[in-house]
Amino acid sequence: MQAHDHAAHGSMLDWLPVALIVLLTLAYLLAAYAQRQQTAGWSVWRSIFFSLGSLLIAIAVAPPLMAWAHHDLVGHMVLHLLIGMFAPLAWVLAAPVTLLLRALPQAGGRRVVALLHSRFVRFVSHPVSALVLNIGGMYVLYLTPLYALSLHHPIVHVVIHLHFLLAGYLFCWTILAEPDVSPHRLSLLFRMGVLFASIATHSLLGKLMYGYGWPRGTGHSLEEVQAAAQWMYYGGDLAEVLLAVVLLTLWLRTPVERREGVLESASAKPKTSV
Amino acid sequence: MASYPASSVFDTQRSLWAAILMGIGVMAAVDEIVFHQLLQWHHFFDFSTPAFGILSDGLLHAFELLAIVVGVFMLLDLSQRKRLSIPWAQAGFFLGMGGFQLFDGVINHKILRLHQIRYGVDPLMYDVVWNGAAIGLLLVGVWLLFRAKHLARR
Repeated sequence: MQAHDHAAHGSMLDWLPVALIVLLTLAYLLAAYAQRQQTAGWSVWRSIFFSLGSLLIAIAVAPPLMAWAHHDLVGHMVLHLLIGMFAPLAWVLAAPVTLLLRALPQAGGRRVVALLHSRFVRFVSHPVSALVLNIGGMYVLYLTPLYALSLHHPIVHVVIHLHFLLAGYLFCWTILAEPDVSPHRLSLLFRMGVLFASIATHSLLGKLMYGYGWPRGTGHSLEEVQAAAQWMYYGGDLAEVLLAVVLLTLWLRTPVERREGVLESASAKPKTSV
Repeated sequence: MASYPASSVFDTQRSLWAAILMGIGVMAAVDEIVFHQLLQWHHFFDFSTPAFGILSDGLLHAFELLAIVVGVFMLLDLSQRKRLSIPWAQAGFFLGMGGFQLFDGVINHKILRLHQIRYGVDPLMYDVVWNGAAIGLLLVGVWLLFRAKHLARR
């Protein structure tokens, strides 16, 4: 029942995730094309970001790479980074929820809005919840026998990767709180604080895995676990610095008068300027 | 800086602090690239580090990464507002670099014992050079700070 056996047999079912991603991307692009005919339009950049995110996920879930990730822990980390950090960031920048709301007829749109305002969505879309789901999920996966379990149970394996994607998306969205409007109006400083906690906890996890040889019971050598832990440490750094750069780039793009102060100093009030 | 009307358009304090953050981040990056990756003198994980050390290392690491990003964007913001004071930023950059180097040399290496500069040798000489360089950078920063204040007064 292991993924590399499937890949060897070329099972069509293994391509299902790729097919789903292709369909989702086509739906996005069609909706975006329809919006371009309207007066409001739709930025080409958003379509590019969505396609980029989809491409990264498609690469990560393609059977040959999944097979590699299955027996090589470094491979697993690379795919994890693609599915859980880089692809979600690109998708968030594509504003898929805004596009969905514009594309749906009024009744459907109202239902989506009701869902967005539901208690559940409000709860999970708080940056702290997203942080716990995202990094907390990683602690549970790698520091318990869950990872070893996922290698032998395809359902667990699929659920874990879906969790990476959704939690990663949620985290990027709640930190940026843009371009899809966030249900929470939290200050830039607060969101930077959550990002800080995320970097600290994921680098701590990388060190714990390296130092104590987690995940255990997978048959991987200690050297391989340590190489994977370093990939997680540096790759995660790269992803989170990228998120910080995107966050502050969006901040710098808002006009000077409406820009929120970071480490606001008394003399920085616009009134005293030239 | 109400007492120096000539410099009132510049936000000297913010220029200084933004550059300090950037200096900290640059020095941390140099440490990571040169000593961890290129020379491989420092270890990724020192098995004699106490648990508290590993935790504080994670927090410090997060601070260093964000410091360089936040510092650069604060400087860009000041520059867009035409309130960036270059002399104060220069002073801040050196103070940040030297301050971080000294912190790393004293707190990280000696008090928290995260890792040593180099293994298999007596670290004393390395510590002296490391912290001496830090003090050198700090002195340059202090000199630039006096110069910035002097320029503001004129």
